[in-house]
Order: sequence, then structure tokens, then C-alpha cells
Amino acid sequence: MLAQEKNALIYEIEALTKKLGSGRESLLPILQNIQRKFGYISDFALQEIARYLDIHPVEVYGVVSFYSHLSVEPKGKYIIRLCKTISCDLLGKEAIARTLEKELGLKFGETSKDKKYTLEYCNCIGMCDQGPAVLINEQVHTRLTPSKVVEILGKLK
Amino acid sequence: MPIVNDTVFFDAKKHGEALEKAFLLTPQQIVMDVRDAGLKGRGGAGFPTGTKWMLALSANAENKFVVCNADEGEPGTFKDRVLLSEYTKLVFEGMVIAGYAIQAQQGIVYLRGEYSYLLNHLEAYLDKMRQENRLGNNILGSGFSFDIEIRLGSGAYVCGEETALIESLEGHRGEARNRPPFPVNTGYLGYPTIVNNVETFACAYIILSKGAEWFAKYGTEKSKGMKLISVSGDCRKPGVYEVPFGITIKELLELVGAERTKAVQVGGASGICIPMSEINRNISFEDVPTGGSVIIFNETRDMLGVLRNFMEFFVEESCGQCSPCRIGNKKLLEGVELIEQGKASYNYIRELISLGQSMQVASKCGLGQSSPNPFISILTHFKDEIMSYHNGENNGNK
Repeated sequence: MLAQEKNALIYEIEALTKKLGSGRESLLPILQNIQRKFGYISDFALQEIARYLDIHPVEVYGVVSFYSHLSVEPKGKYIIRLCKTISCDLLGKEAIARTLEKELGLKFGETSKDKKYTLEYCNCIGMCDQGPAVLINEQVHTRLTPSKVVEILGKLK
Repeated sequence: MPIVNDTVFFDAKKHGEALEKAFLLTPQQIVMDVRDAGLKGRGGAGFPTGTKWMLALSANAENKFVVCNADEGEPGTFKDRVLLSEYTKLVFEGMVIAGYAIQAQQGIVYLRGEYSYLLNHLEAYLDKMRQENRLGNNILGSGFSFDIEIRLGSGAYVCGEETALIESLEGHRGEARNRPPFPVNTGYLGYPTIVNNVETFACAYIILSKGAEWFAKYGTEKSKGMKLISVSGDCRKPGVYEVPFGITIKELLELVGAERTKAVQVGGASGICIPMSEINRNISFEDVPTGGSVIIFNETRDMLGVLRNFMEFFVEESCGQCSPCRIGNKKLLEGVELIEQGKASYNYIRELISLGQSMQVASKCGLGQSSPNPFISILTHFKDEIMSYHNGENNGNK
């Protein structure tokens, strides 16, 4: 990791602990912010967050590895999460999954080499009456059809 | 006789004012009102809300917390999303009422990460409440101060369990705690804490606004009031329905325009699967309980495929700290796969059902205690269909 990136991380973590506090209860919000801004929680970020919160880095790792929205591997700029739970499944999730794989050239669980897209499955996102549904970062898209998927992907810059 | 099409939640004109009324009462009177109304927790477990609040009110502590469980993760449930996005007032003012009732100073909404797109709307609503003095210092001149903050989850179903939720709020892995001690004594940061479902707070608002007697008119003897049901699957009109407790599954199916139905999963993945022979059963804590999820399957659906979807869900979402749940769910999923391949003996399936029953008693939290429900109910009610796999007759069905 470049010194520049390290400095940016330290600057961010310091700002977050000032804003949110440096108690253990601030750990999850800090991690969520770092994940959003940097796309993952690097080894260096783990160490630094642990130092600022005065806990062991393995404690931080334990939390990161528990939650599916936190990751120690770099994720794409756009994280595409297709709901695979039963109601979306009944409404035709499978065709959407194939379209996403084909259009992005990725398998589920993969991130594109240019770090633009990550394609994942997720469990129920509460759009069961409007499926199939997908979360792209924090935006939800519902009643998907293969052609709608192509249109949505085309708008991602 | 259940009354359908009579909605309270979804008609803002009928909401009335609750906060003003609450401050005319003592905290004890509010707790008694909620108890007299017979309100039970709407997340699914059905613990009497009045009792929970009474315990928290009587706890002596310098700090107390009101936590709104908005980690709506049960497959097929989306009523809380609708309440939070469209009927925000009921939920947030319900939390203020709860805060006053147990004499807490701080409320926390634990919003699932998947709903983070609601955050801007919710924060803006809290600001509006602060400006109108319905939140913050000396609310409406009552001398009572209370504020609400929103915290996000990060994609873990188990955090909907109240002690796992508290662990998550405290910055830990969302692993359930042993109970007792209960959160009403030792909750967030060790302080007395009530954790209630989004809909429970909305119900508390309605009780204060309409009166306990009005609320208790609806429902059955042990399940009072109206219930929001999220309906999805094979029907013409999926969506959120407000129905009185005691409605039969048959009536609900008619209401939502379900045809050629084969089975109804009530209570989400962790609920039970009801075959058509039992659709005269009713939705209530006495008969078929639910946190609000109803998923309908028509005659074309492959029930083993449905079960596989549920078991994959639980294998992924088990937190892994206790072995009945961590290993049990894996074994049940492997069992489903063996049946699909026609390799499971009748004897082995019986053993798996027995394993499921052990998980129901031996698991540490509600996840592992309820995850065998679909396995047991689908294998019991759809034995013939499942067994056609066993005899190699169903290979073309997948």
C-alpha cells in the first residue's frame, strides 16, 4: 500500500473516531464508513482502527469477517447483490442471474479486474412483493427483467 | 368474525394523536394501557409488550434504552419497510412513548444495512420532529427529554435476535447471548433496554391514540389487535395487508387472489409450511404464529426446491457459535441434496427429522430453534411428493 493511501486511511479513521467516539460501540459505524469509502477493510486499516479503539486487531477482524457487507478483499465500485431468497426465486431470479453474469462477464462472488463491479448473491432484501430484486450499492431495483437489467447496467458509470 | 379491509395503519386520518395523550398519563398508566390492550411483540416471538415495559420501568438505573428492531430479515417480510418509509410518525412517536413509559433517555433504531436507502428519509423525519419539539429536550413541554439515533446493520440475519442485535450495537460479532439476564435488566452497554419490533411501536401509538379497549376489540382471546402481513409468492395481489388476528389462511388466500395454491409458508423461512388440508387454521399466537411473512406456492412449485432454498439460507445465516445450529443446518441441507439425488433412505430421513427436533430444543437462540421448522413441516406434509424423488420418479422436475 502506498504511503499516500496509508495517510488517507489514517486521516479518515482519525476523523471518524472524533465524530463517532472511540468506544467499542463505534467500531461497526467506523468499519461501515471505511468500507464505503475505500471498498474494503485492508490489513492496514484493521491495525489502525484497532489502535485508535485500543483493542486487538483480531477483534476487529472478527467483526469484519462476521458481517456480509464488510470485506477484507477489495470490492468493486458497484456491488451488485441479487436476492436469491424464495420469493425472488419464484419470480424468476434465475434468468436475472444469467443476464448479470453474461453482461458483466463475471461469476457470482467475483470482482472485475478493473474493480468496477462485484457480483454477489444476497439473502432476502425485503422486496418480496416486487421481485426479482437487486441492490446496487445502496440503491434497490425491483421487478427486474433481463432487458431492464441491461438498461440499469448501462447507466452505471 | 374477522373484519378485513378495515385498516388503521394505512389510513393517516384514523391515526389520531398519541404523543399529546401520552404526556397526560403517568408512565405506569401507559404501561398498564399497553398491557390491558393485550399487545404482544410483533416480531414473531409474541412476548407481552406491557410486561416487557413494566420490567424495564421498574429497573433502577441511571440510563435506559429503547431499541427499535428494524433488522427485518425474515424471508418474505417487508411490512417494516413500508411502516418506516410511509408511516414513519407511528414508529418514531411510538418509540418516544415507549421511552417515556420506561423512563429512558435514548432511543436507537437498528436499521438493516439492506435498507440504508431509507436513511435520508428517516434522518430528515427525526430533524422535523426535533424542530416541532416532538423529540429532544422537554418534549411538548412535558419535562421529558428523549432522542433517537439510527444505527445501521451490515448484512446479518441473526442480528434480528434481540441479544445478537445488542452485541452488534456494542461493536461485536452478532452472536446471541445466553438469557437470562434479559435485556430489560442487562441490555445495551449493560443498561436496562427494551428491544421491540417496528410494528410493535406503531401498535403502541395506536393504543395510546385509540385506547386499549378499542385495540383489544380486534383479534382473538390471546392475540389482540391488527397484524400486518407481508404477502408474496403465487398470488395476484402481493403486498402488505392489515388483518385482525384470527383470520384463517383460507380467508387470507381469497383476499390476496391466490389460485391453485399448493402450500402456504407462514412465518418466513423459520415458519411452518401449511398444506391445503389445513387452510382453515388461523393466524394467531394460539394457532399459526407469524412475524408477518406469508409466502404462497401454487401447484407448479417443487416443494423440495423450496426447502432447499430455505436450508441454504439458514446454513449461510447461522452465526456458528453453537453446534446444534452450525452443524445441524448443514446436515439438514445435505439431507435435502441426498433426497434430490434419490440417495436418502426412509430411515435416514426419519433420523434427520429427529435431528431437527433436537436442534429445536438445543440451539442457543431462535435461529437454530426455528430453522428445522420448514424441514419438518415440508417433509411431513409433502411426503408423497418428496418420496417420488426417492423412487427416482421426479428427476425431470428440476
